[in-house]
Amino acid sequence: MEAKQAVAPGTEGRGAGLKRRLAVYGQKYGILVALVLVCLVLAVVNEYFLTARNITNVLRQTSINGILAVGMTFVILTRGIDLSVGSVVALAGIVAASLATTSSTAGVAGGPYPALLAIAAGLSVGMACGAVSGIVVSRFAVPAFVATLGMLSAARGLTLLYGGGRPVPELTPGFRVIGTGEVAGIPVLVIIFAVVFLIAWWVLSATRFGRHVYAAGGNPHAAVVSGINVRRIRFLVYVISGGLAGLAGMMLAARTGSALPQAGIAYELDAIAAVVIGGTSLAGGVGRVTGTLIGALLISVVNNGLDLMGVESYYQQVIKGVLIVAAVMLDQARHRRE
Amino acid sequence: MQPKLLEVGGVTKSFGGVAALSNGSFALERGSVHALCGGNGAGKSTLLSIIMGIQARDSGVIRRNGAEVNFRSPREALAAGISIIEQELSPVPAMSVAENIFLGREPLAGFGRIDFRSMNSMAQSLLDDLHFDIDARTLMMNLNVAKLQLVEIAKALSYDAEIIIMDEPTSALGEAEADQLFAAIRTLKRKGKGIIYVSHRLSEIFQIADTFTVFRDGAFVDSGSMANVSREQLIQMIVGRPLREEFVKTNTPGDETLLSVRGLNSTNHVRDVSFEVRRGEILAIFGLMGSGRSEIFERLFGLVEDRGGEVVLDGRKISVSSPAEAIRLGLAFVTEDRKGSGLVLSASVRDNICMAHLPFLGVGPVMSGRRESQSAREMIDRFRIKTASDRLEVAGLSGGNQQKVVLGKWFLTAPKVLLLDEPTRGVDVGAKREIYRVMSDFASAGGAVIMISSETDEVVGMADRAVVMRDGRVSGELSRTDLSADRLVHLAA
Repeated sequence: MEAKQAVAPGTEGRGAGLKRRLAVYGQKYGILVALVLVCLVLAVVNEYFLTARNITNVLRQTSINGILAVGMTFVILTRGIDLSVGSVVALAGIVAASLATTSSTAGVAGGPYPALLAIAAGLSVGMACGAVSGIVVSRFAVPAFVATLGMLSAARGLTLLYGGGRPVPELTPGFRVIGTGEVAGIPVLVIIFAVVFLIAWWVLSATRFGRHVYAAGGNPHAAVVSGINVRRIRFLVYVISGGLAGLAGMMLAARTGSALPQAGIAYELDAIAAVVIGGTSLAGGVGRVTGTLIGALLISVVNNGLDLMGVESYYQQVIKGVLIVAAVMLDQARHRRE
Repeated sequence: MQPKLLEVGGVTKSFGGVAALSNGSFALERGSVHALCGGNGAGKSTLLSIIMGIQARDSGVIRRNGAEVNFRSPREALAAGISIIEQELSPVPAMSVAENIFLGREPLAGFGRIDFRSMNSMAQSLLDDLHFDIDARTLMMNLNVAKLQLVEIAKALSYDAEIIIMDEPTSALGEAEADQLFAAIRTLKRKGKGIIYVSHRLSEIFQIADTFTVFRDGAFVDSGSMANVSREQLIQMIVGRPLREEFVKTNTPGDETLLSVRGLNSTNHVRDVSFEVRRGEILAIFGLMGSGRSEIFERLFGLVEDRGGEVVLDGRKISVSSPAEAIRLGLAFVTEDRKGSGLVLSASVRDNICMAHLPFLGVGPVMSGRRESQSAREMIDRFRIKTASDRLEVAGLSGGNQQKVVLGKWFLTAPKVLLLDEPTRGVDVGAKREIYRVMSDFASAGGAVIMISSETDEVVGMADRAVVMRDGRVSGELSRTDLSADRLVHLAA
């Protein structure tokens, strides 16, 4: 019966149907299609692109920005923004590193402490920064842009104060596992990112908290009337973003072998870019963390491809800018059609 | 014979093969008000946007003073003396009345400076000429919605408009404010202007219109003089089938008091309010805009601070500090502003229906997709919500169906007391009737309904008892036998 229907309108109808179906897929999975196309082109142009080594490298490069972008997705879904993640990366990195260094000058007295303790400290620092931003946004109704801009500056200052402006080198091997370790050939960095992504995906799509995040961002008034504690949700998303920024900061320090006070500068921009390219609306309430994953991958793949082709890094920045704006323009055009 | 101000004949328009308008026809005389009637989706909006040149027509004729016209943009329509006042006004709030009227064509002094003196005096004489009691230098944000409408009218006339289209102008107005607007419309008639008036409120149409045209399913149904048509006939034309009763009321109040409120106060304009509602009863709260009606609900629902007063629900004294608690105790609140606080427009029908009942649709913090979809399906069937799937964005639904989604959301929580704030605002006659049926059934099943309404017909038609508010206080109470439009308005003013 179905087959008969498909054939009945004739070839013309079938072509139109196919075209329409392609258009629907294009709208729904536009960014994924873009990612696949870019990968295909790179695979043809450069024989090195599809090697296991390069793919691992791309994934490793995606991990840190990807984790920041996952946290940013929660915040942007509630109509907020977190500009402070780059600074929190540095602060959490340097605090954790100071507990996990064998250096007597840069470390905390009595160190080095166990890696797990250092990691717990770094996570706490990140979550504390997020909690402060969250309180300022949710209780005092300060615009997120302003509150987190303040945290961007304050956390960077605290980083410099804490470490006296000097890097913390000589991290213990136990701590460095989160940046350089491998399990069955897969970098621990990538594994951590994968776990963070899966948890975030599950939280947003399957839990009550996830429903609350979407409702609070889609229409906070309606959410409040429906019995949702929108203030609490707004607070918690910044704690999540701060905690993930702390995690990313430690991974960065562990990967490079030392925590730098100037680490993470402008990281917030790449994180926001990944979220936006992934189709999450800055107006709140609409978006998916799978989109963010694809957005983060697209940024890394394009960077990697341009590297492989020997394009100067200054051009890369220009191209990334075009990519961000083009993605949002496509998204807007799609909404107008609807 | 003088040519008609505007004549529309056989206008058709289809979108992607679906006819939105198959025969749009009507005529507007000088110095008259012509009502366009029809349910949601009857084709009124399509016709208006064609007249204004926002959309192109597929066929048909539009004549302005006897000459055929074909506007390609609202600017051209405006130049030909046709002006529209949209349902959703878009003033620039931080600018003055005069600045808003002359927005984009401000009179200039030397060096590109705005000549505020002559702009203000031009605006003021325009307003005075219409007998609008508005100072041209007031900021728009300090005016109420009725006054904003009046400014829009003045603005339309400043373009020398001869025809003014008003799309649901009273949808955000109380009855007293609507009277201000009607006075202005009568002034316009005396000046020989023609007004095209679109409204779902039939009593208004009978009050203000001279002639009417009814559309249904995109087609012309009938037209004529208001003097020669009855309310029942008009409803029948709009709905397309005989409607025995406009209101559906089968409930009878019981003896048991379900909710009683004593000496309620709030931070937002509620002063010493007391009333009670029994099982099986529909209680109306009537009052002008700003009389503290909605604020009572906000206070009962825990949206504003408790400033004293005793609330007893089902024999138990309660103190509600958050909406979540109100919902748990068995209250449900259908707010006045469906888009502003009723729905998350970007979310699906399912997510909206489940929104107030999430703790019961999962295991601990984890949602059960199966239970969510079952619940949504249940409410979609119960309220006959027209949607292809429960995963569709609620923004794509018609006004009536959106309102049913809001009702579904609250019925899912199995409430004891239903708080309805202007539940039929902006929904068509057919959907209104269904909402009345829902209210009546809910009360019959042993619940209590408290309904805020600024339409006297609705209060008289549906309420068992009415509490009238004035300046944040109760100014009177009327039992069903005493209910009449006169008494309600008298107590409210």
